[in-house]
Amino acid sequence: MQNNFVRVFVQDIGRKTLGIINNLGAASIFFSLAFVRIFRPKQVREIIQQIYYIGAKSSTIVGLVGLFTGMVLGLQLYYTLTKFGSEGVLGSVVALSLIRELGPVLTAIMITARAGSAMTAEIGILRISEQIDALYTMRIDSLRFLISPRIAAAIISFPLLTALFDLIGILGGYITGVVLLGVNKGAYFYRIHSYVEFVDIKVGFVKALVFSVLVSTICCYQGYFTHLRKDSYGSKSVSISTTSAVVLSCIMILVADYIVTSFFV
Amino acid sequence: MKKYTLESVVGVFVVVGILCVGYMTVKLGKVSLFGDDYYTLRALFNSVSGLRVGSAVEIHGIEVGEVDHLTIDAEKQMAVVDLKIRKGIKVSDDATASIKTSGLIGDKYVSIDPGGSGEVLKPGGTILDTNSPVDIEELIGKYAFGDVNKNSKKEGK
Repeated sequence: MQNNFVRVFVQDIGRKTLGIINNLGAASIFFSLAFVRIFRPKQVREIIQQIYYIGAKSSTIVGLVGLFTGMVLGLQLYYTLTKFGSEGVLGSVVALSLIRELGPVLTAIMITARAGSAMTAEIGILRISEQIDALYTMRIDSLRFLISPRIAAAIISFPLLTALFDLIGILGGYITGVVLLGVNKGAYFYRIHSYVEFVDIKVGFVKALVFSVLVSTICCYQGYFTHLRKDSYGSKSVSISTTSAVVLSCIMILVADYIVTSFFV
Repeated sequence: MKKYTLESVVGVFVVVGILCVGYMTVKLGKVSLFGDDYYTLRALFNSVSGLRVGSAVEIHGIEVGEVDHLTIDAEKQMAVVDLKIRKGIKVSDDATASIKTSGLIGDKYVSIDPGGSGEVLKPGGTILDTNSPVDIEELIGKYAFGDVNKNSKKEGK
């Protein structure tokens, strides 16, 4: 009896681990197949369409989040820095924390919430209503037609939106720090110029690129293989896929963020 | 009613994004697209402790360039500092370069007194008159072990 329980427990762990490794491999193959198909002819039109959804339509929300992140950073850091009498470095602290850390991460999480979830739901519904199978019968490569444009659009949009987020965030810090709290205007911008190095900007953009690959792959993968879910079927599986895509993307963003940062320190 | 075409919205988005990226890399990251608006001068110091590549170079307190390269001259047993100075800033051959600290615990920077003789240093020229940084630890050490006192007594005699 006792022995049986232990065996089942160990078997469960083994099955879970194998499942994770299996999924990891499948997702990597999925990404590389889709990535190669980006460079097929007649993809530009589709990619532009996807940039419109992933990039252009997300820019308002990313700008808004950036503005308020910068403003609250200005407020909080002013409060802390005045205790040391060094509110002059406010600009550099706001700019560095935005460019190195908050910009890429928050942008990626916002795009996951806005565009990633929509991606999974859309592809998932195409899958359960057998439209992907219909594409197959028409001899249309569904990876090339559905997945590649989304991955390409994500890789293009993420760095651009991150840059937008960073600059609007710095402006937000300016609004609270300089306009409302009266930090020296010249010092704010001088500190940004003198403390932000090229490596800081590079690490920000490397993060944005890594996140773009992670988010687009996870979201498309979850949608594309909705029908293989064992825990449910039909429309229920689309909702579960969408949830797990968003949750998994956010976790992977934060894990990858730590790993990329540790490479550049 | 279709107000904007898809292409123009995406176009505006990409242009704004690229402008932001460009601003960040060129203005904030200080990537010089045209590297030829600087010339190099060389200065020999006994010690450049605390100085780093990228530290500021100032004349009369105004930033005119940065430290480009740090090496050791094995023959003369001195530290060689290559300075990138903005074009149009003239430094004479009797100029003095000294390493100073901004504030008590701030960053080290190179301060140049441009000198007054008529001979202007050419690109690649060497500033001969240099002052190494004041070693605060050494000063404190001297103070703690009473060296400062002895020295001043000697001078008094």
